[in-house]
Amino acid sequence: MTPVITVKNLRKTYGAKVAVDDVSFEVRRGEIFGILGPNGAGKTTSVECLTGLRAADDGEIRVLGLDPAHDGAALRERVGVQLQEGELHPKIRVREALELFASFYPDPADGVALATRLGLAEKLDAQYRHLSGGQKQRLAVALALIGKPEIAVLDELTTGLDPQARREVWELVESVREEGVTIVLVTHFMDEAERLCDRIAVIDAGRVVATDTPAGLAVGARRGQVMRFRTDGDGARVTALLEGLDSVEEARVDRGEIVVRGREDVVVDVVLALAEAGVRPVDVEVARTSLEDAFVQLTRSHEEV
Amino acid sequence: MNANTVILRTQARLFLREPANVFFALLFPALLLLAIGLAIPGMREPITEGALAGSGVRPVDLYMTAVLALAVATIALTTYPQVFAIYREKGVLRRLRTTPMPASRLLVAEIVVNLVALVVGVALALVVAFGVFRVEAPTQPLVVVLALVLGAVSMMALGSLVTALAPSTGAASAMGMSLYFPMLFFGGVWVSVALMPDTLRTIATYVPLGAVAQALNEGWFGEGFPLHQLVVSVVWTAILVPLAARLFRWE
Repeated sequence: MTPVITVKNLRKTYGAKVAVDDVSFEVRRGEIFGILGPNGAGKTTSVECLTGLRAADDGEIRVLGLDPAHDGAALRERVGVQLQEGELHPKIRVREALELFASFYPDPADGVALATRLGLAEKLDAQYRHLSGGQKQRLAVALALIGKPEIAVLDELTTGLDPQARREVWELVESVREEGVTIVLVTHFMDEAERLCDRIAVIDAGRVVATDTPAGLAVGARRGQVMRFRTDGDGARVTALLEGLDSVEEARVDRGEIVVRGREDVVVDVVLALAEAGVRPVDVEVARTSLEDAFVQLTRSHEEV
Repeated sequence: MNANTVILRTQARLFLREPANVFFALLFPALLLLAIGLAIPGMREPITEGALAGSGVRPVDLYMTAVLALAVATIALTTYPQVFAIYREKGVLRRLRTTPMPASRLLVAEIVVNLVALVVGVALALVVAFGVFRVEAPTQPLVVVLALVLGAVSMMALGSLVTALAPSTGAASAMGMSLYFPMLFFGGVWVSVALMPDTLRTIATYVPLGAVAQALNEGWFGEGFPLHQLVVSVVWTAILVPLAARLFRWE
């Protein structure tokens, strides 16, 4: 299947500052594609180039077969965007904002029906400045969808929302996807990406460091297992002892706990070595690498270079 | 519905939802004329000293043209730049740029709304002038209209420069105000342009609002054609519009 978005070797600099160094990815029709990365990694700039808000310095971008730099107007009819820091006039009413944005598109959705679905039915006559953070975000999503877009780009959708509002917005995103809208979700939240995305591109320092499913990323990053436990003894002596083992890659003391990272057979080796040294581990916890570990590992490895 | 209609209607509603706009842009010129004309003794007696002695012109007549100039300046330098500063500060312009609607249409709608507000403000001031103070009809009505139109355009151009440059609402209001009060001075709100000393009057000719006020006075009370002042208005427009367009930033 041909991708709806293709980005090849995108590069964007602001003077001497390289915001996006080399970013490539493809988004398939109907998926929720995550762009995940720490703050300042170049996520927003990538998305701005994608939607034609900024001109790329180099690289190739195709969105629905169109070049955002040249076919911006045609593209904007088919791509809905929710931006970070894109507010409305403080005194515009919800209903007016929906009508206003609907008038920009040739075949808009019913604004009131959309708002009702998003739980804004009782807020139609409220002014923007009186909405809560969650209501503003839901309105932003409504406005991104009002033109019946084929692709919706949602940038830092849940930043600043309380957990309840975040969950509501997540459900909303899932229901939008079920209607066949392709979604590009920009986020720096791991749990959000893991919960919602079919595939994720991890961006760090202006480059894509990995693209895979959330589970695939976690597996790819896995270097065996992670073990945590406490002992009564001297932590430094214990980690020194464990680092001598073949299956251990790293042993350190973290907030009073000893954390050991190593091969799949690391657990048995550690337990045997501790028993031999007369150390009794308590509160033992063994975990597989999660997306969060993968993310930290992917983005940290860059810094070390 | 047609996008232009909806944009215009929305901008008009938002304009009216701001109490400061309603008061200063629509009501203030009329109220100021009413208050000064009624409260200050001698405003309604013909001038007996200086160049206008014997002409039958009263201070309140001169104040009426100053108030029209004030109406133009208030719209151009306070209400008009303020909305755009809010839009830029809140990211509204950025948000609009992701839609198929060219954001320049918002600028056009905003200018139209402000011009309509100016017409209403001027009309209310004229109701007071004719109804309360029995001001006589202008000697050259077409010159008055021409002076108002060209003056409004040059002052809106100055307001556009503020709009283009001010990064925030605070900056827009600071820049707007630091132009507004000197403009009112040269426009004759404190001392009528007709009564200014020669040097000051010559300077006022080259100041955007001073040129408007002098052209209005000539059109209302005089017989000559204020070519010089009208050309000054056109030249200011020709300088300010391209400058504002060049310096304008959406974000």
